[in-house]
Amino acid sequence: MEWTDDAIVLSARRHGESGAVVHVLSAGHGRHAGLVHGGFGKAHRGALLPGNRVRVRWRARLAEQLGTMTCELVDAVAARAMDDPARLAAVSSACALCEATLPERQPHGPAFLALAALLDALESESWPTVYVHWELALLRDLGYGLDLGSCAATGANDGLAFVSPRSGRAVSASAGEPWRDKLLALPRFLVTGGEGDAGEIAQGLVLTGFFLERHVLGPNALPMPAARSRLVDRLRS
Amino acid sequence: MTGPEIDRLIHLLARLPGLGPRSARRAALRLIEKRDTLMAPLAQAIADAADKVKTCAICGNFDSVDPCAICADPGREEAAICVVEDVASLWAMERSGSFRGRYHVLGGLLSALDGVGPEELGVGRLLDRARDPGVGEVILATPATVEGQTTAHYIADRLADCGVRVSGLAHGVPVGGELDHLDDGTISAAVRARRTF
Repeated sequence: MEWTDDAIVLSARRHGESGAVVHVLSAGHGRHAGLVHGGFGKAHRGALLPGNRVRVRWRARLAEQLGTMTCELVDAVAARAMDDPARLAAVSSACALCEATLPERQPHGPAFLALAALLDALESESWPTVYVHWELALLRDLGYGLDLGSCAATGANDGLAFVSPRSGRAVSASAGEPWRDKLLALPRFLVTGGEGDAGEIAQGLVLTGFFLERHVLGPNALPMPAARSRLVDRLRS
Repeated sequence: MTGPEIDRLIHLLARLPGLGPRSARRAALRLIEKRDTLMAPLAQAIADAADKVKTCAICGNFDSVDPCAICADPGREEAAICVVEDVASLWAMERSGSFRGRYHVLGGLLSALDGVGPEELGVGRLLDRARDPGVGEVILATPATVEGQTTAHYIADRLADCGVRVSGLAHGVPVGGELDHLDDGTISAAVRARRTF
């Protein structure tokens, strides 16, 4: 068994003296693990940082084995983000969420493309907005996409201000007003497009965090990754 | 092939860093052959270390005295504290001879994979030390990895109201390094951290 693919490093864990068990999100093979000989050695350690784009070659005698991996660095995303605490937190959070939520060895092309787009967008000032969109895309790819196009109660597509925590559908301001305490706020930028301000980004993260916990993490008894909580704290401060 | 005592010795030696089963067998054989000149003194040294080495209550370093020799040394600068991941990093800094201040050993890095959170790192002790009026600078010497820098940013945030200068080690071209052999991330970090000649 052998394949070569573009991938993004999600995590690397030391194995033995200098080896590493590396998890990547690949374009065609989904989240995949492999043993990288010498991965924690001087020559390769810099390539195996979360968020880095790599060219992966995986091989094993049998498909169900862990297999060995070689990773050639394509783009050192992590190194560029290291000086900025918020961007670094975003890289860590996105990688941790992919690791926690995506099933292993199942192709998730859209998730790979979305993560690659997020990592590219970290260079821009509007990256927090892109990050919220990325979490929505992750939910969609996992089968729990939110319907933010029209009001669940009236069918109208204007004045949308809330999201029903039960159905994941948008609710207009007028229809949702009596239940506003029970509904989740829908930030404006998710309806009209454009860039969200700090308050709207926080609302967006509450929205996506609620559905990630409810549909993906909770049923698997997984806590919200600490890296994501740190990102939320950092964007709030 | 061998008795249980030798098997146990090989098994324990093989758990040391740098030794696999084959090299552990070679080491065990050499120890047995040099029983009087090597094995007995080594056993005594290990027993002494196990008995006497403790963790410094101030900085987290290993030494046979508490506070450790570095913390107790009046010749070292009181004003600077260098924060390192572990004792190996402290030893590396000491080998360089470039830092004459005090240390603070975190004992790990923030890591979701290993379940290490802020509480496990003993950051509270560092904040207490940093609030000492005699301390003017905290140098964050954590690794240039995502976990290392995440930890550094976290500590820098916590130190913000302690009234100390917070600095970090530079990242870039190593001494003797050729650009052609460096990875893109290191080169871009070096370009960002360029200095005026």
